[in-house]
Amino acid sequence: MDMSMQNIHTKPATTGAPVAHGKNIAPKVVARDANVYYGEKHAIKNVGIEIADKSVTAFIGPSGCGKSTFLRCLNRMNDTIPGCRVTGSITIDDKDIYDKSLDVVLLRARVGMVFQKPNPFPKSIYENVAYGPRIHGLTRNKAELDAVVEASLRRAGLWEEVNSRLQESGTALSGGQQQRLCIARAIAVSPEIILMDEPCSALDPIATAKIEELIDELSQNFCIIIVTHSMQQAARVSKRTAFFHLGVLVEEGDTNQIFTNPSDPKTQAYITGRFG
Amino acid sequence: MTAAAIPADNAGPVANSRSLVEQSLRRRYAAEARFKAYGIAAIVIGLSFLVIVFASIIQRGYTSFVQSEFRLDVTLDKDVIDPSGKGEESDLLIADYPLLIQDALIKALKLDPKSRVDSRLAGELLSSNADTTVRNYVLANRGEIGKTVPFWVLAHGNVDSVVKGAFDRSVPEARRKLNDKQLGWIDQAVASGALAKRFNTGLFTFGASSQPESAGIGVALIGSLFMMLTVMLLAVPIGVAAALYLEEFAPRNRITDIIEVNINNLAAVPSIVFGILGLAVFINFMGLPRSASIVGGLVLALMTLPTIIIATRAAIAAVPPSIREAALGVGASKMQSITHHVLPLAVPGILTGTIIGLAKALGETAPLLMIGMVAFVVEYPTTPLEPATALPVQIYMWATAAERGFVERTSGATLILLAFLACMNILAVILRRRFERRW
Repeated sequence: MDMSMQNIHTKPATTGAPVAHGKNIAPKVVARDANVYYGEKHAIKNVGIEIADKSVTAFIGPSGCGKSTFLRCLNRMNDTIPGCRVTGSITIDDKDIYDKSLDVVLLRARVGMVFQKPNPFPKSIYENVAYGPRIHGLTRNKAELDAVVEASLRRAGLWEEVNSRLQESGTALSGGQQQRLCIARAIAVSPEIILMDEPCSALDPIATAKIEELIDELSQNFCIIIVTHSMQQAARVSKRTAFFHLGVLVEEGDTNQIFTNPSDPKTQAYITGRFG
Repeated sequence: MTAAAIPADNAGPVANSRSLVEQSLRRRYAAEARFKAYGIAAIVIGLSFLVIVFASIIQRGYTSFVQSEFRLDVTLDKDVIDPSGKGEESDLLIADYPLLIQDALIKALKLDPKSRVDSRLAGELLSSNADTTVRNYVLANRGEIGKTVPFWVLAHGNVDSVVKGAFDRSVPEARRKLNDKQLGWIDQAVASGALAKRFNTGLFTFGASSQPESAGIGVALIGSLFMMLTVMLLAVPIGVAAALYLEEFAPRNRITDIIEVNINNLAAVPSIVFGILGLAVFINFMGLPRSASIVGGLVLALMTLPTIIIATRAAIAAVPPSIREAALGVGASKMQSITHHVLPLAVPGILTGTIIGLAKALGETAPLLMIGMVAFVVEYPTTPLEPATALPVQIYMWATAAERGFVERTSGATLILLAFLACMNILAVILRRRFERRW
């Protein structure tokens, strides 16, 4: 964090950091020389990346490569892990999110997260979605809250399936529905960025297809960053892809380019299935 | 693994592996069956001991729920009760009610009122507390003075033994507590309905007494109630708060490790040690009164704290981290994630631990001995600062008494204590079910 104010205007140290994707729109998330340590373990090494708004960026890489760790830095979820330390700078809209003056609760309201395993609250479907708006005081009365819940469930493509049973427990839904409920919960607080940590790894192909469709739709309004093990998924849903290996951001670029013409031999080896 | 690694003829690396597996299967199933048998045997042994314990307590204790009483038409003689005629309370309180009751008994038994020996022998059949009923009646209904009113008055403990068939008539008369004449009167009174067993309300309402027929657990119940309230008000909030802090907020370092080890050890400290602590701190140092239920409550609260902390921590730790992450992920603060999600999910476990702790405290005797709750308390305590006893202590005190009436009361009070514990456990189950159903 000491280094947070430096290096913002220098070029990132790692390869392939884009400058001109997204037609001169300022990137939403920028990381410079980001390092993460779990105690002695150096989990993320000098990562520099720019992530565009209103698009889908996929993080790929073998298990333990640090992609989830990096994702969890973006809403400071790593704060909850004892011994975890972050250096370098990570900014959202040019504001350093590790700055002391930044409120982490506010950050998490702006940066929503969907987890690997669907984790609805053991409460009703309605309460699951209404929880965020309620704790942040986003609505003034029941009618407004109802409207937010309905809008969120509609955007998550779940409204038609659950509108008749909003008071049933969220945990009684199927896995795919639960994950869409979690997405509805995340978008109910109107975040700017949605982080998705392998959102489909616990789902069957049909549910996965639904979630991917949803991600595509949501990317019109949100900056979506998705960690995935499935390269097909990255190819299908993302506009840009970043390949992590052993805590290092090896390569980042347009998804098409990464999958057809990677510039780094390690990326080449991974996407052709030679390791990972 | 490629196809080349599997031998083409499909025979495993071990020849006739199938028969070997079959043989070992037989062994494995036998082991399983043996293990099941051990388990069933253990359960049967445990249950049979439980049945023996219950059977012996019930068999010895059920008679304590009825008590022999004489039905007497007592003439409330104005000359005896209120000789001055002013109806002053001090006169009414000290009037010679035993004489009136004795006269009524003599009349009921159709004895010669002039025989002083018979009068004395008849008087021995009455409880020394028999007059309480009559006195209370007179104080409440002064207009009845001068009339003849039917009463049920307590018979002596020895009479009670005879009525319940626990009196050995084969013992030589000289060594018996009741002589042949008295036994004859008792038989006569039972036959005429003047002496009968009635439900023993006194068991629940009386305080301590040297006479078994007028001894009850009233004071002990009040004392235990005060203590349970103290434990609940102190140990539950402190225990839950401590567990929450340790589990959710405390940094993991040497100090918290030491605290954790100490809490776990505290749960294993013999309860008498807590009694010594209570004696030293609450009574000698802080100057709280001896035998008071507040001191007992404080000691039991200290004793229960580790149980509650450990149970609560386990319940909190059992809440899946994904729920915490979900709450933090939508922007809940740490406190909100705990109060909205972690704590409600942990409530069933906390309740179970708390009620088990309370039940343990309710049955605790040793520390209460140290702080002087083994007291002969006749009057109901109205505040936790007044002397009282506790249910298990009352059982202990009765267990050391020799009279037949106290033996059955020991078992009777044990049954009541067990009933309370069973109620608490049922309550725990009901509460747990209800809270679990909400999600």
